[in-house]
Amino acid sequence: MLTLTSPRDTPLHGWPAGAKLAGLCLFTLALFQLASPLWLALVAVALALGHLALGRDIAAAGLGLLRPLWPFALVVAVWHLALRDPSGGAVILLRMGLAVAAANLVTMTTRLSDMLAVLMRLLSPLSRLGLPSDRIALAIALVIRFIPVLSDRIALIRAAWSARSPRPPGWRLMVPAALAALDEAEHVAESLRARGGAG
Amino acid sequence: MERSLSHIALFAALIAVLGFVPQIMLPFGVPITAQSLGIMLCGTVLGSKRGALAVLLFLALVAIGLPLLSGGRGGLGVFASPTVGFLIGFPMAAFVAGLVVERSRAGVGLSAGIGAFVGGVIVLYAFGIPGLALMLDKSLPEAALMITVFLPGDLIKVVLAALITQGIARMRPDALLSRA
Repeated sequence: MLTLTSPRDTPLHGWPAGAKLAGLCLFTLALFQLASPLWLALVAVALALGHLALGRDIAAAGLGLLRPLWPFALVVAVWHLALRDPSGGAVILLRMGLAVAAANLVTMTTRLSDMLAVLMRLLSPLSRLGLPSDRIALAIALVIRFIPVLSDRIALIRAAWSARSPRPPGWRLMVPAALAALDEAEHVAESLRARGGAG
Repeated sequence: MERSLSHIALFAALIAVLGFVPQIMLPFGVPITAQSLGIMLCGTVLGSKRGALAVLLFLALVAIGLPLLSGGRGGLGVFASPTVGFLIGFPMAAFVAGLVVERSRAGVGLSAGIGAFVGGVIVLYAFGIPGLALMLDKSLPEAALMITVFLPGDLIKVVLAALITQGIARMRPDALLSRA
């Protein structure tokens, strides 16, 4: 399965993941303190130049990841133009774009294994509450393994449906899909138990 | 123990896979994403705790950089976007939906419908609307106005969640952990 991490190593890939995440938190908090569109625009230019300095592929991917924001951008733009408050609208739009772009930059330049290591460290206090982190690691591995399996099962269900009906399955797909997940879960539980349990 | 773990993991995988399937087209051409239906089903089928944990597991995988949200979205950016309130509300929605099904004495279909409505609409919006208001600097009524377009689709999902949960209960009565 593809991750959002850039396959080409950039200098940022080498930075410790924990430091990048802490920096991201501070950056996002600071964004909400800036109230002037001019300052936010300067930060936006700096962030865009930073993307370009890391490579054109990073900049293009970063721009692509901002695309889901357009409905919000449209609503805010229309809203604030109607209120004759363009600078207020610009602050909201710049802040939204910057917060998302900075977070995406951290995701693009941090390997899945590094991110996973940080997650495990953050979750380690849960072991005192009876949720040991190796159990969480097993659950994460199971999800990653079973996404393609369930995907194939659903494709089979869809094929079986379309062999019998000219119409698309629509929501009727959901009952057999959920049953496939439930059955698979019982099998996995049995195999885990047969191999000495989940610990 | 193993059974809880495998059910949580498999339903987290199911939510992810439902994000890849094409949008479900309802009659009269209303598209709905199957993924949020998967969140409701986590609660109504697995029950409160397991359902919420399945959704949390799914969100953890999204956060560490897997593009599993519908439309191929993922990574830390989605937690900085205006819809972050809905993401935070997802596990709560599954928890409340599961709690209603566990506690209610009504039939499976009816209680799943009530659970999906209370969890997947009321609780979810109670997180989503303040999140939107905060991120876009709007008042709560203004933010609520922005998302009214999603209400009809969500109400259809409540009905579907009830029908699907009832279908599962009929075919695998033992598998419905929320009623076990």
